[in-house]
Amino acid sequence: MDIFVQQVVSGLATGGIYASLALALVMIYQATDVVNFAQGEMAMFSTYLAWSMMQAGLPYWGTFLATVAIAFVGGLLIERIVIRPVENAPILTIVIVTLGLLVIFNSVAGWIYSYIQKPFPSPFPAKPIRIGNIVFGAHDLGAIGVTLVVLMLLFAFFRFTTLGLAMRAAAQNPVSSRLCGIRVSWMLGLGWGLAAAFGAIAGMMVAPVVFLDPNMMGGIQLYAFAAATVGGFSSPQGAVIGGLLVGVTENLVGTYVSFIGTELKLTVALAMIIIVLLVKPTGLFGRTIVRRV
Amino acid sequence: MATKTSPVEKAATRVETAAAAAAQPALAARPVGLVALAVVVAVAISLPFFMSGFRLFQFTQVLIYAIALLGLNMLTGYNGQFSLGHGAFYGIGAYTTAIMIDRWSIGYGWTIIAAGLVCLIVGFLFGRPALRLEGLYLALATFSLALAVPQILKYFEHWTGGSQGIVLSKPKAPFGLRLTEDQWLYYLTLAVTILLFVLAWNLLRGRVGRAIVAIRDNHIAAEAMGIDNALYKSVVFGVSAAYTGIAGALSAIAIAFVAPDSFNVFLSITLLTGIVIGGFATISGAIYGALFIQFVPNWAQDISKAAPWAIFGIFLIVFMYVMPRGIAGFLHLVWIRLTASAVSREKGR
Repeated sequence: MDIFVQQVVSGLATGGIYASLALALVMIYQATDVVNFAQGEMAMFSTYLAWSMMQAGLPYWGTFLATVAIAFVGGLLIERIVIRPVENAPILTIVIVTLGLLVIFNSVAGWIYSYIQKPFPSPFPAKPIRIGNIVFGAHDLGAIGVTLVVLMLLFAFFRFTTLGLAMRAAAQNPVSSRLCGIRVSWMLGLGWGLAAAFGAIAGMMVAPVVFLDPNMMGGIQLYAFAAATVGGFSSPQGAVIGGLLVGVTENLVGTYVSFIGTELKLTVALAMIIIVLLVKPTGLFGRTIVRRV
Repeated sequence: MATKTSPVEKAATRVETAAAAAAQPALAARPVGLVALAVVVAVAISLPFFMSGFRLFQFTQVLIYAIALLGLNMLTGYNGQFSLGHGAFYGIGAYTTAIMIDRWSIGYGWTIIAAGLVCLIVGFLFGRPALRLEGLYLALATFSLALAVPQILKYFEHWTGGSQGIVLSKPKAPFGLRLTEDQWLYYLTLAVTILLFVLAWNLLRGRVGRAIVAIRDNHIAAEAMGIDNALYKSVVFGVSAAYTGIAGALSAIAIAFVAPDSFNVFLSITLLTGIVIGGFATISGAIYGALFIQFVPNWAQDISKAAPWAIFGIFLIVFMYVMPRGIAGFLHLVWIRLTASAVSREKGR
């Protein structure tokens, strides 16, 4: 039982990270109907920037905030400069452009920082926390906390600010929003910026666990895809719940199903994606979009 | 067909012209095209007399890539189904060959056919559920497949040799032919390439090809015209996977080594880059794309280990902006401009 609880908690911690990245994917999907395949690599690159700043001697939380800000501006600029010219192009075109971004970020990171793994500090104490017989990793609990705070901030932003409302409107009905005076195109840019900021947080939370290297986000992005698919690409709440579900499932399956272990973890995510897409393509919380022919 | 022009029929004629334009009318209609083709084939056949060793091996690899790209282009370019995971089929083909040669000592010629068949079946089976996935979701599913494949290959260690992979030996030329191993491999690959290109050209230029393109352009209109969308789409998926699998099998034989990490997601992105650069929905594009993905990384590697990927990424984005139909589309455009100006000059006289 103790092991079970421990695994669930550490599953929630990684699940929170998947949820952040999945939320970033969903945010862009909602606004533009496109999945950003470079989301994970953008997060990885932001994490490298954070590492550089820390090497230069900045304190952890200062770096954290600076990285989030840089990622936000970077995401905004990428949307304005790279994505904007193909905004109205067929989906395949945009997918290819984001794949182009993926390989560029991956290779530039490898170019600047080499492919050797680097340790990344955690802001939380290394000493595990004991409650009764159960041992929790402090970083796990910290990551859950950070994810929760960020999610609440995001919720508040979308629920209680005019800008958040404008962004939601722009995503839901671009034409009417434009008539109301919302600058829809800039809202999309803001969406990319927020998504990149989210990714950066996910990257910094996961880097102490998986170590920093240019390919660190490959597996995590797959889980984020699984999370977004399970929750439904059209539902932010779904992405969060999907992320937590995927994280916990991953840990429990890895612990209790002996033939899977750690070696087939990615395949579990693949299987989840395919099963959900086949059984309920809209995910648990997504809405079915009826389209006129 | 009724004599009245219905919207569906209009769509059909549009599709037909699009298909005709895509299936290289130059080859069928114009003598210039035939001459160009003959020159290309002649150059390809005489290549081993001019170069040897590693250079020749690189061109073998170009042919192998060309087969894989043609397969992917059938699916993504002609049929409009995204696959970001064709590296998986390439890997399955390569491993089918390697396992059959290494574990069961089967002649390598047979293993190429077997690899094609295995991938045909796997592709068909993957294509069935993929029918329900449109556009982006299919991209997502295939991308996930590409991410997961190396791990799956490592898991079945008993068969695949785990992360160590399987080492093969290069085949010697049969029938007492006085060719080096590299030369024999090149000719074998060339023969397979020509066979598969002719097959693809025959498949894509006729009724079937028009049906495939019609599904891409407007699947509802296609369905209304009596095209069985489900059947066509999954068969195209299977054939496309078979092509890529055969390419994988040939690469396993040519490199004489397979390892799980060479079939990662970047292989799939490489293949996609190839069809973007070469040109969607063109047959000749497979060759341009293959030359690009084989040689550009080689040159770029001199700058840095990471440079090839940065260049691939930049090319992917830039081509989407300025040349969305790739090199083949660009050449076609240039050809039309040239001939059009020649015609207008003659008229002016």
